Amino acid sequence: MNIVWIILVSVSIVVAACTGRLDALTRAMFDGAKAAVEISLFLLGIVSLWLGITKILEDAGIITRIARFFKPVITRFFKAVPPDHPAITSITLNLLANFFGLGNAATPLGIKAMQDLQSLNADKDTVSYEMMLFIVLNTASIQLVPFTVVGILSAYGSTNPAGIVLPTICTTVLMAACAVTVLQLFRRFKK
Amino acid sequence: MKTISFISQLIIPAFILFAIVYGACRKVRVYDSFVAGAKGGLQVICNIFPYLLAIFVAVKAFQASGLFDIIKSYLAGPLGLFGIPPEVLSVALIKPLSGSAATGMFTDIVQTCGPDSLAARLSGVIVGSVETTFYVLAVYLGSVGIRRTKYLVPVCLIADGLGMLIAAAVVKLMF
Repeated sequence: MNIVWIILVSVSIVVAACTGRLDALTRAMFDGAKAAVEISLFLLGIVSLWLGITKILEDAGIITRIARFFKPVITRFFKAVPPDHPAITSITLNLLANFFGLGNAATPLGIKAMQDLQSLNADKDTVSYEMMLFIVLNTASIQLVPFTVVGILSAYGSTNPAGIVLPTICTTVLMAACAVTVLQLFRRFKK
Repeated sequence: MKTISFISQLIIPAFILFAIVYGACRKVRVYDSFVAGAKGGLQVICNIFPYLLAIFVAVKAFQASGLFDIIKSYLAGPLGLFGIPPEVLSVALIKPLSGSAATGMFTDIVQTCGPDSLAARLSGVIVGSVETTFYVLAVYLGSVGIRRTKYLVPVCLIADGLGMLIAAAVVKLMF
């Protein structure tokens, strides 16, 4: 991330200077800072809400039950996670929320999953393979129905707005498979 | 479509209701548990905020610098060979950086090219299937304070690039 950030910011400033857009660039950076505050405040509410709800479930003892139910599938991918670890539940809930297109619920549950995976991580500064796998699965965002897209298409009078659903699911599944393969290739060659 | 969108509307309220009722049945002090859990939210956001700020400033700077148009003009030629319309490229390039910008561009394409055009369909599939990678990286890594990311960033970017080509192939085959 360090290199990405250095390149993004420095190249942007140099290019803006060359194309005479320094004024717009400065304004955009302040806009970005403002957007970060707005998103954080929004996340603060929604993350706290979901942490509260999952805490109820945890105290009711259902977290371990969900974990037991989805254990066979999740442990196949996340081999280093012990079968009764809370990470299995939070990963499951996050992937289900993504699947139903519940972005507002998926992010807080994903954060919970990351924290659970971090508790298993030997080196707290360095990302673990399980975390990478989890993030890669998330960036491929397997989703049942892309509601925003379908909504926009039908708002502009598409003859078949839902026609986009099947190609999107196919793409997203193929993409997730590719992403996991790429991750495993990197893992093999970097060893 | 109607049933699927109904299920999607139902699922969050149903989940919350289930949590509360189930907790009450198991003799959990539901209200106290909720408050105890929610207390952790502030700490999570405090951890994420600086990472989010860094990413948002960088992404906005990138968008405003005009670098975007330069990259686009270089990539338009090679992508034409795959039959990818140039408008789609903007969506594909911006989606990993900003979800709202990508949705905005998608709406623009639907308006100008028509909702049943190849460009609209292809960009729709890309908006629906590619995630805002940098946001996810910033939030998830920030929430646990990971500093060394090994090969995670290149893997995500390669996956995004592959996703665009897969989208083009799938749309060509299915429409």
